[in-house]
Amino acid sequence: MPPALVIARLTLREARRRRLLLILLVLTLVMVAVTTWGFSRLWDVRVGGRPPGAIFVRTTTSQLMIVVAFMFTTVLGLSATVVSSPSISGDLESGLALSMLARPIRRSDVLLGKWLGFVAMVVFYTGGAAALEMLTVDWVTGYVPPHPLEFVVFVSAVGIALVTLSMTLSTRLSGLVGGVIALVGFFMSWMGGIVGSIGLALQNQPLMDVGAASRLIIPADGLWRGAIWALEPAIVIAGVRSAGPGAASNPFFAADPPPAAYLAWCAFWILGLLALAVWSFSKREV
Amino acid sequence: MALAGLTMTVPPGEAFGFLGPNGAGKTTAVKLLLGLAAPSSGEGWVLGRPLGDRAARRRIGYLPELFRYQGWLSAREVLGLHCELAGLPRSTWRDEVQAALEIVDLAGRAEDRVGTFSKGMQQRLGLGAALLGKPELIFLDEPTSALDPVGRHDVRQIIHSVKERGTAVFLNSHLLTEVEMVCDRVAIVDHGKVVASGTLDDLLGGQAVRIRVTGLKPSQRASLASFGELDDDGEWITVRGLDPDRVPELVAEVVRMDGRVYQVEPRHQTLEDRFLQLLSEQPQPRPHPNPSPGGRGSS
Repeated sequence: MPPALVIARLTLREARRRRLLLILLVLTLVMVAVTTWGFSRLWDVRVGGRPPGAIFVRTTTSQLMIVVAFMFTTVLGLSATVVSSPSISGDLESGLALSMLARPIRRSDVLLGKWLGFVAMVVFYTGGAAALEMLTVDWVTGYVPPHPLEFVVFVSAVGIALVTLSMTLSTRLSGLVGGVIALVGFFMSWMGGIVGSIGLALQNQPLMDVGAASRLIIPADGLWRGAIWALEPAIVIAGVRSAGPGAASNPFFAADPPPAAYLAWCAFWILGLLALAVWSFSKREV
Repeated sequence: MALAGLTMTVPPGEAFGFLGPNGAGKTTAVKLLLGLAAPSSGEGWVLGRPLGDRAARRRIGYLPELFRYQGWLSAREVLGLHCELAGLPRSTWRDEVQAALEIVDLAGRAEDRVGTFSKGMQQRLGLGAALLGKPELIFLDEPTSALDPVGRHDVRQIIHSVKERGTAVFLNSHLLTEVEMVCDRVAIVDHGKVVASGTLDDLLGGQAVRIRVTGLKPSQRASLASFGELDDDGEWITVRGLDPDRVPELVAEVVRMDGRVYQVEPRHQTLEDRFLQLLSEQPQPRPHPNPSPGGRGSS
């Protein structure tokens, strides 16, 4: 097995042995159970004294799912950052890297292996949790998001971007410092996105530029917009579009997927940062 | 630490002691040889390959001074992982791991998590990992620093056994008596430069004897220089390089000159004596504004 895959397997094994996967599984099951119960209660809502129709329940569910997805993406982003930020610096500080890197492997094998391990965790966790949530919501409300696969891809991409940023910082900074920087960047990106939405509502170009810049600097908010779009039913998109730019500026609404050029930028951002991490790690003394 | 002009030869089946005060550049030299640190300038070779070469590292075992293994793995799993990272054929892993566990006396704790091990046991495990795959060259950086006397004795036995099978051992240690017991050659490094190297006999200058004697005139005391290099402090006369068989002859000469002999101590200069002597002879370095590894080295 190539050394990078050995390290990736080791990273997953560590997550399992340290009960990270078990804890994530339990927390996800609790979250899914609670939200499913909440969605099921939508049938008890009375509209004008009468039971709600299926359209009302499914439309409401679609918007609540975006809120749940927001919560899930925040938890994923925090978890991905906290877990990956000490990944390189921790091994260097403890001396674990010394024993590994004296073996006939490249430093890039270690870094890419850990990255692959974290990426696998992000994708499996996102895919598993999203599938479970969508299945149970479908079961209790009959609602299925229009683009479930795209949702998993966009949310996973948010996690992957944060893992990559954290690991790059981890090649030079302690886990604590790198983690704080990555988290601040994560939240600043979201804040920038909200500022951009306000700019859209007010038709204020400078504010819109702030939003656009923040999505380029750290693509967390830009990718999150893709996840919103993947959950947004056509009926809501049509309704909001007809209401004008003020309604479309809602930070929990996206009428269109991110443009292909932006997705290309995100891929370049992630791969470029990964290359920077490999270079940075290869140049430092162990 | 700036390193310059290090050339060290460790023939197969020999142990090489690399000594020096704290900050002399010992660990930096080992890291350079293993490619764990890059020289700011210069070049070097180990096992005939450039520094950090992966093919060379395949033939090298390494026990770092300050290290840790994955505490959530068992000792057997750690060694299995290192077999895999070392690129050993999968068919050999089981035997390699078992042999390493038995050599370092950890077979009874093979399935226990490394996180539960004492520092001494972790050092034994590190030594076992360094022995995997029967490397041609092993770097041991302070291999006995966390061990009790029994553990130190065991490590010395292990070093002797790996020497016998033709492995070259490069030993970094502050414990000079240990170096004296296991090493065939030594190099003493200070401020990045080798200040002395050679076999222990070369370095220690052979045998010596101390005589506490009175009643001799200065000229008579000086005449004893015919027996070897003389060091006279007025009370004790130390004669270096004297064959032990000639000690009675030396005493007879003192008595013949009407000297009164109170004590005769056959004395072998220890490595510690020589180490301290060599370091005291070194000029104090000027502060280096930008310490960095660099220079030429080979092994």
